[in-house]
Amino acid sequence: MSEQQYEKYYVPAQSPWPFVGAVALFLIAVGAGNFVIESTKGKDGYGGWILVAGLAVLLFMLVGWFRDQIEESMTGMHSSQLGRSYRQGMSWFIFSEVMFFAAFFGALFYARMIAVPWLGGSSNNAMTNEVLWPGFEAMWPLVKTPDGTTTEAMGWYGLPLINTVILLISSVTAHFAHVALEEGKRKQLTLFLGLTILLGVGFLILQVEEYVHAYREMGLMLTSGVYGNTFFMLTGFHGLHVTLGTILLIVMFFRVLKGHFNKDNQFAFQAASWYWHFVDVVWVLLFFFVYIL
Amino acid sequence: MSTAAEHLHHDEHHDHKPSGIKRWLYTTNHKDIGTLYLWFAFIMFLIGGAMAMVIRAELFQPGLQLVDPNFFNQMTTVHGLIMVFGAVMPAFTGLANWMVPLMIGAPDMALPRMNNWSFWILPFAFLILLSSLFLEGGGPNFGWTFYAPLSTTYSNDSTALFVFSVHIMGASSIMGAINVIVTIFNMRAPGMTWMKMPLFVWTWLITAFLLIAVMPVLAGAVTMVLTDKFFGTSFFNAAGGGDPVLFQHIFWFFGHPEVYIMILPAFGIISQIVPTFSRKPLFGYASMVYATASIALLSFIVWAHHMFTTGMPVAAELFFMFATMLISVPTGVKVFNWVATMWRGAISFEIPMLFALAFIVLFTIGGFSGLMLAITPVDFQYHDTYFVVAHFHYVLVTGAVFSIMAAVYYWLPKWCGKMYDLTLAKWHFWCSLISVNVLFFPMHFVGLAGMPRRIPDYSLQFADFNKWVSIGGFAFGLSQLIFLALLIKACRKQGEAATDQVWEGAEGLEWEIPSPAPYHTFETPPVVK
Repeated sequence: MSEQQYEKYYVPAQSPWPFVGAVALFLIAVGAGNFVIESTKGKDGYGGWILVAGLAVLLFMLVGWFRDQIEESMTGMHSSQLGRSYRQGMSWFIFSEVMFFAAFFGALFYARMIAVPWLGGSSNNAMTNEVLWPGFEAMWPLVKTPDGTTTEAMGWYGLPLINTVILLISSVTAHFAHVALEEGKRKQLTLFLGLTILLGVGFLILQVEEYVHAYREMGLMLTSGVYGNTFFMLTGFHGLHVTLGTILLIVMFFRVLKGHFNKDNQFAFQAASWYWHFVDVVWVLLFFFVYIL
Repeated sequence: MSTAAEHLHHDEHHDHKPSGIKRWLYTTNHKDIGTLYLWFAFIMFLIGGAMAMVIRAELFQPGLQLVDPNFFNQMTTVHGLIMVFGAVMPAFTGLANWMVPLMIGAPDMALPRMNNWSFWILPFAFLILLSSLFLEGGGPNFGWTFYAPLSTTYSNDSTALFVFSVHIMGASSIMGAINVIVTIFNMRAPGMTWMKMPLFVWTWLITAFLLIAVMPVLAGAVTMVLTDKFFGTSFFNAAGGGDPVLFQHIFWFFGHPEVYIMILPAFGIISQIVPTFSRKPLFGYASMVYATASIALLSFIVWAHHMFTTGMPVAAELFFMFATMLISVPTGVKVFNWVATMWRGAISFEIPMLFALAFIVLFTIGGFSGLMLAITPVDFQYHDTYFVVAHFHYVLVTGAVFSIMAAVYYWLPKWCGKMYDLTLAKWHFWCSLISVNVLFFPMHFVGLAGMPRRIPDYSLQFADFNKWVSIGGFAFGLSQLIFLALLIKACRKQGEAATDQVWEGAEGLEWEIPSPAPYHTFETPPVVK
């Protein structure tokens, strides 16, 4: 605590970016809401355009806000106490993401352990099965739903296994990049960071291929009952997070090329790499609970 | 955009307040943001209150007279959503913004720009929610708990807007909570050790943890509602292997910690006010901290007590019954500690103390009715009746809302530098106290007799009590206009100047700075002994 006593905590002056960000989220929410209604109910409207405008404003805000932030950081206005604030803030943000995934994992466990067996007549639900869903058999993966929709189960070998290996390796390369940064080895840092990004992009490409395969050849769709729902929502949200993580890493890559970050000033890099490790851990859980079990 | 160097320059001369609308739109000052939150919450309180007036007018007598049932449903839904997410939560966040940095000796919140972002999301989110009422087919009409299949199969298209507005409200709450938690972890003045922190800070720390843990779960729930309704998934549809009860599990996993989010900061406020006006230190400080933490932990394992009648194995019902009853232990610790603090104290009855005393008595009534609801077999009688409505309005109105009013009356002289109009304050207190009991107490009786909630009509036997409930409701609504008048007067800086300490028995860092609090405080951290 002693050094903190003399160090001045940087309180930024007024900034337009938060307000711009709020406008962006407003446009995104209005746009997305209307877009969902219009696209699924076949109505005309401007939802999609409002959504695009919102995303554009959000991008503008992110660029402006981060530019200010990077400038402050590069001119040495950030104390170590502020660095701790950022790190703690990022950790709590990742915790909130964990809880978001927990909701969907919870839905998966509930459907698998409780809802589907009950519909099949277990516990005291024999009559539910006999009267409401005669002939329905509980199973997991649920390839035939109570109302008779059929699908195929996605195996764990092949693409999912390759993707698991890719993400695990990418976690290791991300770690090596961080070690290289700590030791001041810039070439290795660039190399490993670039490799991590390539692996991330590779993962996303294979994921798209897997989805196309599921839709075209297996008949496994978002609408294929609760197995398809949980499969696509969990892997889909994970894929979105990988996309975001890859973008973060790409930004870090360009900052590294510009000579940013060193042993003592590397919060953004650290945050992106924490986020990447988090995304990997979620994948390992997904691979286990969605694919293997 | 100004460059970093200009920022630095700015920083050195920073006691001038920026002027005009930009001061509020672009602010990074915790006091400005706190003020914004508090005014926003109060405006939302009046709008949500106006909806409650519509509900009470319709229920003034049996039969359908004023509004169409679909509109009645929209009123109950949006009233609940506004009061929870638009009034109580932002009011507490506003108080945290104003007071946490002052109480721990920090120059500002840890992440000032994100702080402003989390505030400005809210007016937009509620603009979306409120404007959905004017769409074709109306706004959300499935109750604030948006149970599936009401919100999926049977809802109108505006559900998509409801979902996205809840998403951005959630983002706002999560950012606000991250800010509070980081501020408390990282910005305490030297010497402000954990067990020296004022209880308001402690309770907010734990509240912030709850917010970060459960708001994402709410986001998950609304997302599943969205895909079930619009994209053909069947999370909550048995035909596809899902279960509507799953919705309730996910919702209440969020919802039960949420009710503690709305009461823990209230406990903190009361724990600040009671010692001040009893002129004694808080009795059992450490036990208060532990009790708060235990309530927060228990709040994660009691959610299904909202679902006793909706389908669970008996073993689960028993587990949730006992876990719920366990919560009354730490809550009881708190009530006893407040009473023990007053014991043999030199008590004086200023306005904040009046509200705090009303809180202790009336919140305890709400706690007891909660204990009744926790008992599984009798809950089969109470479930979804006005007894439940009475219970949660006692804990939320005479609990959370009274504590917020107590807090405003306690800290307003510090914010404005002037003592508010005491005559108006007394009128506000007594009118609110009497009318709120006329409003909510008879609901217990009609509920026990079987009157269901969320229905615009009722059988004749409930007519007399409902008439009184409505009269109490209108009186409580009007009483809040006294508060509005008082606040406007206070903001115009009318009245006698307040001293720095404001209250004779007040202790803590916030009372050592001048009244009104300067725009920037504790730029050099104070040393706490």
